Amino acid sequence: MSDAAETTAHSMTEDGNAAAFQFEMVSPEKILVSEKVTMVTIPGEAGDFGVLARHAPLLSSLRPGLVTVTPAEGEVMRFFVAGGFADVCDNHCAVLAEQATDIAEFDRAELEEKLRNLQDDLAFAKDDTMKTLQVNREIALAKARIEALDLAA
Amino acid sequence: MPSLKEFRNRIASVKSTRKITSAMKMVAASKLRRAQMQAEQSQPYAKRMAAMLARLASNINIGAHLPVLIAGTGKADVHLLVVVTSDRGLCGGFNGSISRLARQKIRELRGEGKQVKLLCVGRKGRDALKREFADDIVHSFEGLGRKGLAFDEAAQVSQYILDLLDNGGFDVCTVLYNQFKSVIAQEPVAQQMIPLSVETPASEGAKEETPAETEEKSGPVAIYEFEPGEEEILASLLPRNLSVQIFRALLDSAAGEQAARMTAMDNATRNAGDMINSLTLRYNRARQAYITKELIEIISGAEAV
Repeated sequence: MSDAAETTAHSMTEDGNAAAFQFEMVSPEKILVSEKVTMVTIPGEAGDFGVLARHAPLLSSLRPGLVTVTPAEGEVMRFFVAGGFADVCDNHCAVLAEQATDIAEFDRAELEEKLRNLQDDLAFAKDDTMKTLQVNREIALAKARIEALDLAA
Repeated sequence: MPSLKEFRNRIASVKSTRKITSAMKMVAASKLRRAQMQAEQSQPYAKRMAAMLARLASNINIGAHLPVLIAGTGKADVHLLVVVTSDRGLCGGFNGSISRLARQKIRELRGEGKQVKLLCVGRKGRDALKREFADDIVHSFEGLGRKGLAFDEAAQVSQYILDLLDNGGFDVCTVLYNQFKSVIAQEPVAQQMIPLSVETPASEGAKEETPAETEEKSGPVAIYEFEPGEEEILASLLPRNLSVQIFRALLDSAAGEQAARMTAMDNATRNAGDMINSLTLRYNRARQAYITKELIEIISGAEAV
């Protein structure tokens, strides 16, 4: 996205290191991440975007996808979110995730198995519109999970 | 006067009751700790959500077409009361106070000529209201939060409410639940969820002054970019907010239930202790009387010879 590139230009401190900012990822049940980071990429509804320090204020809804967090110190973290909202303001970024799982907890074989089961369910639920809708939603989610896993690999 | 054997039996039975109540108290205490922790951990999300909603609302122009969740249906004829109670009893006045509040509310609304529908969350509330208002209960949820409350369960409840709203089932939705004040005090409250009570755009959706909100007010007003757009975000945020509010109510209620049970069981344990003391006293007295009586019999028998 353009604003990601734009912020890169002036998000470096004098010594040339990327500036850090406060990032939080919360789910309704708990706080998953709360620390200083240099960059976060977020799967926005209208497209993925990166957030660096001093990003312009932005509110976006999320689609299922991969949130990549580059902390100021330590390893890069990757989370799968099933949806939610991102709120960027005052050098502060918060992701309100619907369901957030560390990508390391995913097991490819298990996910694929689940996807197959769901596709079977879809065949059964042919006549029931409500059920079909629900199963379709779950299939989209399962696919997004596998996709995220591919992306992370 | 009961016989000595009867006394012994009663003491034994009160002792085992005390054992049960003190075990229940211990279990409630540890469950309470867990519930409180969960309630605490859900705070940041709720706060951020409220702040976001306030920010969005202040950015939406008044003339815009507002979603039903804020604006309401334009009527206030049919009220939906969501009654949140526990599934299990033995927790003092916890469920009683909620069903009392519900009854009072129903009468009040009926008095104003409104129609009332009930959605019961928790078995105890349903059982209590079933006798009087069986025809008004549209649905009841049971067994929520058996293994710690999950957000999905709250989402399930809010989804049901939203579906009902879509079908024109009601105009105003109010949730009755026990607010967790402290371990010894739970206060039954009625919180209106739909339409969200709106006074000023900034206070929208956030009844309590959250720190984030006050920060928002005092800080310079930033120009926000919205993706995909204000109204789209608002439309997806509002149902989420409903789930969050309900999640919060359920968590409060769950913590309150354990706290109420802990207090009730503490009282019961203490009462059992008192009862054992007085029973033991009476038992000893009866035994002494029996011994004295036997002695008198022996002595007077010896004198007669």
